[in-house]
Amino acid sequence: MRIGTLKTSYAADEALFDTPTQRLLLGLLALGAIAFPFVASPYWLFLACLCAINVASATGLNLLTGYTGLVSLGQAAFMSVGAYTVAVLEIRLGTPFFINLLVGAGLAAMIGILVGIPSLKVKGLYLAIATIAASVILHFLFAHWSLTGESRGLSMPPARLFGLTLDQPFSLYWLIMPVTCLMVLGAANLLRTRIGRAFIAIRDRDISAEVLGIPLLRYKLTSFAISSFYAGLAGGLWAYFFRVVTPESFPLVNSIFYLAAIIVGGMGTILGGILGAVFMTLVPELLKFVANWATPIYPDALAALAPVRTIVFGGLIVGFLIFEPRGLAEIWRRLRRFFHLWPFRT
Amino acid sequence: MTASPILEVSGVSLAFGGVRALNDVSFTVPEGAITAVIGPNGAGKTSLFNTISGFYRPQSGSIRFAGESLDGVRAPQRAARGLARTFQNIALFRGMTVLDNIKLGRHAHMRTGVLDALFYWGRAQKEELELRAEIEERIIDFLEIQHIRNASVGTLSYGLQKRVELARALAMRPRILMLDEPVAGMNREETEDMARFILDVKEEWGVTILMVEHDMGMVMDISDHVVVLNFGQVIASGTPREVQGNDAVVAAYLGSGDVGAIARRIKAEAA
Repeated sequence: MRIGTLKTSYAADEALFDTPTQRLLLGLLALGAIAFPFVASPYWLFLACLCAINVASATGLNLLTGYTGLVSLGQAAFMSVGAYTVAVLEIRLGTPFFINLLVGAGLAAMIGILVGIPSLKVKGLYLAIATIAASVILHFLFAHWSLTGESRGLSMPPARLFGLTLDQPFSLYWLIMPVTCLMVLGAANLLRTRIGRAFIAIRDRDISAEVLGIPLLRYKLTSFAISSFYAGLAGGLWAYFFRVVTPESFPLVNSIFYLAAIIVGGMGTILGGILGAVFMTLVPELLKFVANWATPIYPDALAALAPVRTIVFGGLIVGFLIFEPRGLAEIWRRLRRFFHLWPFRT
Repeated sequence: MTASPILEVSGVSLAFGGVRALNDVSFTVPEGAITAVIGPNGAGKTSLFNTISGFYRPQSGSIRFAGESLDGVRAPQRAARGLARTFQNIALFRGMTVLDNIKLGRHAHMRTGVLDALFYWGRAQKEELELRAEIEERIIDFLEIQHIRNASVGTLSYGLQKRVELARALAMRPRILMLDEPVAGMNREETEDMARFILDVKEEWGVTILMVEHDMGMVMDISDHVVVLNFGQVIASGTPREVQGNDAVVAAYLGSGDVGAIARRIKAEAA
């Protein structure tokens, strides 16, 4: 319960987490994340890593679509840029993984800027189509270039750190989870500075934003760059996680998956990107669990899994758009408000 | 009144297709004074504002601000030079709190880059905290909006939204503040509050004010200088008293009462 807030400095009031309860919960969450690999089975560790990679990418898309209002269906393609770069560098040069990750993300950011150039003139649906075009071009390039292994793709060696080989979910967890946490923290920081404010201003009223001193093209491209940097980094982590990158690793459907994740989670909130990505990653697993449970009653349950999954995804998007347009983050906010003065007032 | 002009509009014409919104408009805004632009609906007042802030590009004429030409200077750079404004139909950002809306005004004067921002180290943090302190102590206190600083702007009354817009414009470090109908739709009390704030901005901040307003009582009370527009042309300018006694102004607002004049004008337009 929290009764009032008393702060004696502007720094305290501007802090990201401003109540002791919040900091306590966050500390517990961090402890849980550290203890998790020691208690969880490899299956759950695998899922945790996958969730973390998706959170990183969805957070990037959230900056672009949720905060700047530029709809993109290119997130998976930007991830593929990061993944291929990492694979090529690892195979050809064998440079350390953190350099590979940064180069991959940087390259993705540059391509993001190129793809974002039409955003000054076109918006909404038209911009989404332009980003689809870019995805198709990138897909074609990777499927026909000898450097990227053409349609066979690339198999790469695992990441190495001080002689350790990071090839199991347990060891990769210690790479993926901290990087994702840093990325989410970076996004949250960005949003409390002039850059984040400029993004929101462009989303809400681009014409007045310009008159108030925000150069539109520059900030739209900045948003594209940061978003695709995030995608590229997530793609690089993905490459180290699966160690096989093919043209089919990042289909257009994956871009829709990330868009769905931020819609379900809540566009324009950091928490929304996290909740949405985790939720959407776990839904297929939940369905698998249900199918296993249903097999004795309905023997074809596992075969029906793929179509059912598509229907459930579609249903979730439509359902959230109609009934909870501000997503899971809004549900969380309502819950928190409920317990604010609990048990004295609900 | 003899102060040197901070803003000089000379021979500005703006047309949308066949509609001439502004026709050879020239006037000057003296530094440190309140200048009001008045005129009937559709006279071109908001078009004039949009041209000055760089949203429309005039077909001819030029605008000079603080001794420098604004030709070819885009809207964001004009804002950075100290040309701040508010909008007729409030343009606050609904996705942000009052505080963030005000902070946004300072954008052009801040230096935080993407890397500083991602880590929120050094410059980013220093700049944010300095801005916060300045906004709290100079703007929020001054405009008496402490109680709503963390509110979302969508929940505020019309009068308060106008005040937040003024706060945001003040955060832009304005040299000239352009107010588009600052008291439109306000009740008597809110109008008086706003008039007091405008006078205080002029006196305490030393900011030049250029405003468009329909509330003649307020215009005549607080302006030092009035420019009257009608059908995109300047038909009179001077002190409030001079303008009030001007026949062309009376005719623009009330009609001339001369039936012959109307007949001649219709004939002239038909010809």
